[in-house]
Amino acid sequence: MHLGFEWGPGDLLVYETNYKLQGSPLVHVVRKDEDICSPILRKLFNESHLIFVGLQKIKEDVPSKNKKSQFVSISKNYRSVIRACMEELQQNAGKHSPDTHRTRRGGCSRSVSILLAIELIWNLCEVLFIDAAPAGSLLLHLLDWVRLHKSDVDARAREVLQSESPAQHQSYWDVVISLVLQGRMDEARQVLSKQASLRAESSSVFKRMDVLLQTMPIFNPTGTQTLTEFDVKWRHWHEECDRCLQDNTFASNRHLETIVKILVGDEDTILEQKELLSTWYHFLVTRLLFTHPTIKPPDLHYYAQSSMNMFLGPRAPPEPLDIILLSAFEFDLHQVIKDCSIALNNWWFVAHLTDLLDHCKLLQSHNLHFGSNLREFLVLEYASGLFTHHSLWQLAVDYFDHCPEFGRVYLELQIERIPLDTERKAIKVLRICEDRQMSEQVRSICKIMAKRALRNNRLGSALSWSIRAKDAAFATLISERFLQDYCNKGSFTDLDLLDNLGPAMLLSDRLTFLGKYREFHRLYGENRFSEAAKLLLSLMTAKIAPRGLWMTLLTDALPLLEQKEVKTRTTHALHSHFTVVKKLDEDIESTKTELLRLALARNLAMAIVKEGTIET
Amino acid sequence: MFVARSIAADHKDLIHDVSYDFHGRRMATCSSDQSIKVWDKGGNGEWTCTASWKTHSGSVWRVTWAHPEFGQVLASCSFDRTAIVWEEIVGESNDKQRGQSHWIKRTTLVDSRTSVTDVKFAPKHMGLMLTTCSADGVVRIYEAPDVMNLSQWSLQHEISSKLSCSCISWNPSSSRAHAPMIAVGSDDSNVTYGGKVQIYEYNEVTRKYAKAETLMTVADAVHDIAFAPNLGRSFHVLAIATKDVRIFKLVPLQKDSSSSAPTKFEVQVLAQFDSHNSQVWRVSWNITSTLLASSGDDGCVRLWKANYMDNWKCTGILKGDGSQVSGQPGALSGVLGSATAQSALNGLIEYKHLTGPGRKKKKLEILPLQSNYGWRSYFEVVTLKHFLYF
Repeated sequence: MHLGFEWGPGDLLVYETNYKLQGSPLVHVVRKDEDICSPILRKLFNESHLIFVGLQKIKEDVPSKNKKSQFVSISKNYRSVIRACMEELQQNAGKHSPDTHRTRRGGCSRSVSILLAIELIWNLCEVLFIDAAPAGSLLLHLLDWVRLHKSDVDARAREVLQSESPAQHQSYWDVVISLVLQGRMDEARQVLSKQASLRAESSSVFKRMDVLLQTMPIFNPTGTQTLTEFDVKWRHWHEECDRCLQDNTFASNRHLETIVKILVGDEDTILEQKELLSTWYHFLVTRLLFTHPTIKPPDLHYYAQSSMNMFLGPRAPPEPLDIILLSAFEFDLHQVIKDCSIALNNWWFVAHLTDLLDHCKLLQSHNLHFGSNLREFLVLEYASGLFTHHSLWQLAVDYFDHCPEFGRVYLELQIERIPLDTERKAIKVLRICEDRQMSEQVRSICKIMAKRALRNNRLGSALSWSIRAKDAAFATLISERFLQDYCNKGSFTDLDLLDNLGPAMLLSDRLTFLGKYREFHRLYGENRFSEAAKLLLSLMTAKIAPRGLWMTLLTDALPLLEQKEVKTRTTHALHSHFTVVKKLDEDIESTKTELLRLALARNLAMAIVKEGTIET
Repeated sequence: MFVARSIAADHKDLIHDVSYDFHGRRMATCSSDQSIKVWDKGGNGEWTCTASWKTHSGSVWRVTWAHPEFGQVLASCSFDRTAIVWEEIVGESNDKQRGQSHWIKRTTLVDSRTSVTDVKFAPKHMGLMLTTCSADGVVRIYEAPDVMNLSQWSLQHEISSKLSCSCISWNPSSSRAHAPMIAVGSDDSNVTYGGKVQIYEYNEVTRKYAKAETLMTVADAVHDIAFAPNLGRSFHVLAIATKDVRIFKLVPLQKDSSSSAPTKFEVQVLAQFDSHNSQVWRVSWNITSTLLASSGDDGCVRLWKANYMDNWKCTGILKGDGSQVSGQPGALSGVLGSATAQSALNGLIEYKHLTGPGRKKKKLEILPLQSNYGWRSYFEVVTLKHFLYF
């Protein structure tokens, strides 16, 4: 079977053209279904557009070091936009009625999942690449990262604390351990204190644990303590925990025993908390917290790889998200972008992230010699995708503006395809083209609009569009139609336009004539007869009046000749023109000719008399 | 998600060509039933047939729109050895109310002695020019000197390509650095003449079209040919639908502008794909030349894309015959990576017949190839949407 197809904006037409026809032939129209969550996602596109444009404006000359905080803040802006979108989607997903089609509901929750993943990856990239935290701060940032993405702990903690007897709550120990795993010692202590108050006899054990938790050193990046000093302190504490373990201090309570093992950094014990950790990267960060809090960025990947292997086990292959995160821990930026492009198939994400990384000058430093090409490639892809949307295309324009190599030509090609449904839309498109000196696109759009107006017999509109297109030939054509109409109906249409042509009149001779001719009529209407006559004369003298209209012009002159103010000179001139016309066209209706001759003669006579009586 | 709708085209015989207008709001279909239908897309995205009329006395092979600067103009070509230019006239008000429009025949080009196999308008910067190619190998280039008078066309050039022609494509480049160029494909079974793609170029000095290049490596019948949009590049890219999909790069070699000889080209093969595993029927570029689509006798439409390193790969397949591709790999996993996998979501799209007895559900699949990971998302759909974008 032959399968034919044709590209469309936003859809594809596919048709079967069999050798043998079976039934009625079909044309399939394949297009995206826009209904799913799109108004909310549209907000994402809109707001990220603002951030993007703001980012482009950051001056190049400021040294990178000072810009780092700016970039981090921009990164946080992007992430907050993602989170806002996610929350709204989540709310929306809850709102669906049972009638909503299954796939639609699924679509919303899928979008939420994807956005979560995106934010997770983005956040990690911010920590590792943009903020580029050094050893000491690195772990703190990673802890924040994990905490942000494992928010169910807070909910559970609240639930336990708000219950009647927290210590008896079934999730009690899970909450304590979860908090410890996340390095939230103060909160863990707070929950633990609920237990301690109940069992007075074991309170010393709980006090011991409380001290351990309280004394755990946390690196303060803004403080005066150096990393080495911190490391020493931490080792002391670590030894203390180990002593407690060896002394079986907590043997009476298996939960406390588990906790001290975690504090000591026993990997097997931490691994046993798989369910509470739920992800290998949580395991990684927890592991680092209790074994190697001064981890340096280059050493991260070793722990990342082994954590993933240990957590997932031999049977479960890593998911795409896992691979991406691993690449990030390995500081393989290119791989992260590549894997994100493939796995997520999401141009929005990679385009904005890569653009930000490019501004941070990170793409070059990671040895991507095609760094700038990659950024432009992705931004172009994203923007092209926006273009066929009936309102989002305007955002795309800004993106193209910031693609130095191909942005302009992409914009040129795509903007002329925008359907010009209304004049308003056409003018919007035009303004964009005019601002960028895309003169060919301007001309083309105006010509299309002019042609369309002419087809629908809207002469005024057609004329103003051809003037805007600076299309002299078309303007001439339309002017002739105006004149034809005048000859047929005896009056002009679109007086407003004709009266206000201004210098645009000069676009073509015919148009100039049309404008002046209308002016003549106006002058006549205002009883400014001598001016009118002079104008009429100049029209005939200047030879821009089409020959075919000369008789009409002279006929128009007829009533003028009755007016007293018309001077001899003028009448003589008119008469000579009349003679020329008569010579050229012998068929002129004789009554008309006679009338004209009579009027001319009378006027001449009057003028002579009048001029004769005026004192010279 | 993707939605595929089928329009019962109401032609009484096979459809041979479908053509969008410049803005994608109208389309024309032509058929062996000798008629053309014009469809308009409403605000709600629904297509309605606004005109249907008998055009030729034989199967209509191709239909094409002129640039809207010239008005609403169509050209069609047929087995009946003619090519015809049609113009839409604004009808009476009651016609408008019924949503019907009228197309009138402006001119019939009868110079061909054999079936006219393709008809294309030249790029608009060349004026209003129409090109036809015929089964006897003659390519004709006509011009309407007065764009307001579509009934006057003069035959400007006649090119004898010596091989039965099946398709033509104009190089859309409006750059002054490039002379007008047209590629002609042949489905001739004659094996003596090796190259089935010929490229002709207009020479300013001789004021004629001369053959600039024959692609000798294309020895099998060519069904479709398409120049990519130029994007201001110095070289040209040409896609060919033959027994496989081929993409050529033509680099013009330096030439003296006062020379009467055609430009010489360095020809490189950018890509060759035989995934259709059958004759490739159509090739078509999107507007930014970043995506090429091809359709073949295997009943699939494939999308091809080059990454930023200029490596070409297939990025999507549309299956039209309703069968499901088995063994879809991968499963959609939870966001947090190692959580338990959810059930796989295939790119299955259901569409319904708009008309026709009963409510048959056919499946049109879209399978992005690099989804070994099985990720599906709205954004992926958005990207596929990107792929289908201009």
